[in-house]
Amino acid sequence: MTATEQAGTSAPTPVLSLRGVSRSFGAARALLDIDLDVYAHEVVAVVGDTGAGKSTLVGVLSGAQQPDEGQVLVDGSPVALADPASARSLGIAAVFQDLALCANLDVVENLFLGQEVVRGSLLDEVAMEKQAWNLLGQLAARVPSVRIPVAGLSSAQRRAVAIARSLLGEPRVILLDEPTASLGLTQVAEFLTLVERLRARGHAVLITSHSLSDLQAVADRIVVLRLGRTNGEFRADHVTYEDLLAAVTGVAR
Amino acid sequence: MSGQAAPVRSDLARRLRSGETSALPITALLVVIWIVFQALNGAFLSSDNLVNLTQQSAAAGVVALGVVLTLHLGQIDLSVGAVSGLAAAIVAVGSVTWGWPLALTLLAAVAAGLLVGLLYGVVHTRLGVPTFVFTLAGLLVVGGLQLRVLGDAGSVNLPFESWLVRFCQTAFIPPLASWLIVTAVVLVFALARLRDRARRLGAELAAPSLASVLGRVAALAAVLAGAVAYLGTDRGVGAVFALFVALVALTDLALRRTRWGRFVRAVGGDAEAARRAGVPVRPVLLAVFAACSTLAALGGVLAAGRLAAANQASGAVDVTLTAVAAAVIGGTSMYGGRGSAWSALLGILVIQSISTGLTLLNQDQSVRYVVTGLVLAVAVVVDALQRRAREA
Ligand SMILES: Nc1ncnc2c1ncn2[C@@H]1O[C@H](COP(=O)(O)OP(=O)(O)O)[C@@H](O)[C@H]1O
Ligand SMILES: [Mg+2]
Repeated sequence: MTATEQAGTSAPTPVLSLRGVSRSFGAARALLDIDLDVYAHEVVAVVGDTGAGKSTLVGVLSGAQQPDEGQVLVDGSPVALADPASARSLGIAAVFQDLALCANLDVVENLFLGQEVVRGSLLDEVAMEKQAWNLLGQLAARVPSVRIPVAGLSSAQRRAVAIARSLLGEPRVILLDEPTASLGLTQVAEFLTLVERLRARGHAVLITSHSLSDLQAVADRIVVLRLGRTNGEFRADHVTYEDLLAAVTGVAR
Repeated sequence: MSGQAAPVRSDLARRLRSGETSALPITALLVVIWIVFQALNGAFLSSDNLVNLTQQSAAAGVVALGVVLTLHLGQIDLSVGAVSGLAAAIVAVGSVTWGWPLALTLLAAVAAGLLVGLLYGVVHTRLGVPTFVFTLAGLLVVGGLQLRVLGDAGSVNLPFESWLVRFCQTAFIPPLASWLIVTAVVLVFALARLRDRARRLGAELAAPSLASVLGRVAALAAVLAGAVAYLGTDRGVGAVFALFVALVALTDLALRRTRWGRFVRAVGGDAEAARRAGVPVRPVLLAVFAACSTLAALGGVLAAGRLAAANQASGAVDVTLTAVAAAVIGGTSMYGGRGSAWSALLGILVIQSISTGLTLLNQDQSVRYVVTGLVLAVAVVVDALQRRAREA
């Protein structure tokens, strides 16, 4: 069930929205007056060329970066996402483009970083390790051990760890910044299956990509970013490759 | 899915190469040093000499413990020596010249350290100034304050009957108490390990075999009992050394088993990644700098007690160098995010052993510097090689 279908019966409130959000880095205007809504049970793809502002968008939505102007809304009310921890406590989790794992910490330590399980005042390693195996099992992720530093894992394994971390605590919104960038075809297919499972479980999922075709199979809506602005929004089942290409590159058809 | 942890022993070589077993090589080094000095001079391993060695390690070791914490962040505080010197001056001048109660001067000294550390933390977190340079400025300022506090005399003696001097020089843990402490520590360790094993088995996770748990308990019991028994043939375990070891053990617990410790290692490994994972990076940095300077001040107080005096040479550059060298020789990485509180103990024991051993052999300061410098150089090279092995 997509947001558009829901709209017929009642007017659902988006879980996460942006209103008039702008963000600059010196002279570089990474985001300009962005409006965006993400609904539960929905997969939104944000596509755009390199430098279009996708990572900045994920940064603002996840509390890792603050907008210069505009508002972030959760369930329709404005919130201040001062840092990633406050976004997390509102049910927003992100997998960053560079994964943001601490290479010196092991898999369990990374998975629970910032959300450790404690018993008394000491860490409950047993509970965390148990849950780590469960989470990675759900993702069908194969890691040799959850007690080796992440530095020793392959990049696919690291990505699995980062995704598993985002799923911890059942967040309502999951933001994935270019998750398919370094994946082979089989791995992309596996990843899309995972995203479908997340949507079925009711999560709102936002995925960015610079590829036009990777996400079309799974996305409900596709939002095009170009030079920091939204340059079109499409129903994924109706849009053609040519329409998307035109919107992404800004070349009129 | 559960219980797939790699077998413990098969990857020992990899862990050695990448530095995950930092205590093993350094313990071996310590044993080698002891054997060599014992071969050169039969008095080296006498209980009398070992008691002196442990007593002399305590003050510098406490300073090194603070350095271990900042190294965990990949940072360095070059002013620990100066802070320890200022603390020594405050205690001596405060209690002797100004006639304050000793306990109050001790509090003032430690508070001064805390303040300096907080200041470093604020400057570092707000302005992003590299601590390496900023603490150099702090070294000069604090060193100047130390001279000012000491005044014209430049040196103040503490009376031998003051409890600080007695604590640092002549207080030893009575034999019965020593044995009770050893028994309690071994029991707590054994119970914690066994309970951990039981919980892991209950959760269907890979658990160490009962034999290996009992082996570890036996090893700990042997080391502690051996030390207490042998030192007991002389004066026993000094109070100040026991305090140092207790601080190390507490810091180790905090680093390995608390959220705070995990945050410290995360920030030291990758501060930006830690921030995006929701770690409160600034408070963590602040706490570590504060803890480092506080420990430096405490070390200075203990040094004043040991020497029964504070003077202009208290907390000289030598103190900083020894503390940093001890932390690195002990196996804490300079690159941040890796190390152990125990490296303060092992590192300072190595440095003190070299120093004491060479003194027994009638070698002077010059040889001591060269040998300690060479050991430090080896430690730095090993640290760099291990880092490369991890990244490969
Ligand atoms: N930390 C930063 N400092 C300066 N410029 C930045 C920074 N982050 C992003 N930018 C600029 O903002 C624009 C958008 O970047 P980004 O969000 O990373 O795009 P994308 O993820 O779509 O490739 C680019 O022009 C980039 O150079
Ligand atoms: Mg990007």
